[in-house]
Amino acid sequence: MLDTLADSVARLARLDHEVLAIAWLSLRVSLTAVLIGAVAGVPLGALVAVVRFPGRQVLVGLLNASMGLPPVIVGLVIYLLLSRSGPLGPFGLLFTPSAMVTAQAVLVTPLIAALTRQIVADAEAHLGDQLRSLRLSPWRRAGLLVFDVRFSLVTAILAAFGRAISEIGAVLVVGGNIDGFTRTLTTAISLETQKGDLALALALGLVLMGLVLVVNAAATVLRAYAVRAYG
Amino acid sequence: MDRLRRSLLSLALASVILGPAAAADQASITVASTTSTEQSGLFRYLLPKFTERTGIAVKVVALGTGQALDVGRRGDADVVFVHDKAAEETFLAEGAGVKRHDVMYNDFVIIGPKADPAGAAGQDVTRALRKIAEAKAPFVSRGDRSGTHAAELRYWKDAGIDLGAVRGEWYRDVGQGMGPALNTASASNAYLLSDRGTWLSFKNRGDLAVLVQGDKRLFNQYGVMLVNPAKHPQVKVKEGQAFIDWLISPEGQRDIVGYRIEGEQLFFPNAVPGKS
Repeated sequence: MLDTLADSVARLARLDHEVLAIAWLSLRVSLTAVLIGAVAGVPLGALVAVVRFPGRQVLVGLLNASMGLPPVIVGLVIYLLLSRSGPLGPFGLLFTPSAMVTAQAVLVTPLIAALTRQIVADAEAHLGDQLRSLRLSPWRRAGLLVFDVRFSLVTAILAAFGRAISEIGAVLVVGGNIDGFTRTLTTAISLETQKGDLALALALGLVLMGLVLVVNAAATVLRAYAVRAYG
Repeated sequence: MDRLRRSLLSLALASVILGPAAAADQASITVASTTSTEQSGLFRYLLPKFTERTGIAVKVVALGTGQALDVGRRGDADVVFVHDKAAEETFLAEGAGVKRHDVMYNDFVIIGPKADPAGAAGQDVTRALRKIAEAKAPFVSRGDRSGTHAAELRYWKDAGIDLGAVRGEWYRDVGQGMGPALNTASASNAYLLSDRGTWLSFKNRGDLAVLVQGDKRLFNQYGVMLVNPAKHPQVKVKEGQAFIDWLISPEGQRDIVGYRIEGEQLFFPNAVPGKS
């Protein structure tokens, strides 16, 4: 185990262009998916928190449950949709980075929506009466509350990013792990493990964890800066 | 002003993230192939030579032969390059593929613990399997409808062993690719059937070694087919055919010979020009 670890670190020192390209693809796919997830999930979560309608509790339950969507099932469904023999076949998206973005966006949107709903609902418990007394529309109220909790939402977004970049089930099925095209850090780790090159697999794992760490650190710094500047 | 700056910043960030995939306009084909051709490192060696020659990039989706043929059936690949002749002929008979060409062969080997507790070592594959079953020695099966899995089931049958009747805890059906099966065998000192190429490039061997090789029946033929454009009009006929033609051309065949690990040749070309 120690030998393997030492070997891994040695390999990391020789980080070549290929590993960087794989890491960059992972980052690009997951960040794009999270961006889409945030654009769709934040308003959805905020509206569910603010608007009262029949069946709302059921929807909240579903939203919370969908945080546990199995990636491989999402991958399989997207695969069948995007396959040339499926309804979206003519677009030819299967085995492309776009397919991977789609699958990961489907995975993280409910996660972001569910966490946003909780955060906004908590804020509403404090400010809701005031906002309602202003007779603002639900959209307006949701918007104001989201603005109020914007720094807490960073954590929700980071959770979504963590889920996206570390999953393998969905990207493997819809991306196909094509060398130089759809190979991500997680599928590369799996492949090297399969080839029995455990040192290289571990080295790639370190890169993946490093990437997650850097993104989280960057978000924390940005957030601190933003709190000071606009908070 | 501040707001403008912020919007510009987010826009710049978004465009970096969403930026187009590199070199999107290069001609490319998708090939559904097997884990053995990918994991043995053959494609890494071979494909750049084809791309350099023709400018066509080859995207390989590596699966078991059964799954790879299914990807072809759905029209999600332009070419299939696999190793299970019976399954390939079914594929052709269904009209899913156009024409089959032999490309190359390698051979299967039975791998097992160096100490060989079942006494399986030798040249006779069916005798080895009978010994393993008698001893109820741990045996790892791919169990994934791959070409290697199909071959394994054929050998059990040839050995006169009814797997359904004798299989027990010793027979471990892992349902995964060659690499994971080798990892499992290595961790549990089990026997298994592997293609030689994946074995040669496999690094986590532990206490395993080749015990049975050289039996004529262990021959493992690879074939290539274009997915039928009459069924799937988006199939890139010109580029896909160029790949097939190159594989079976003297040049492609010579490059297959060139792939070696530690001096050992992994695949042996045997295309017959103009013949399916």
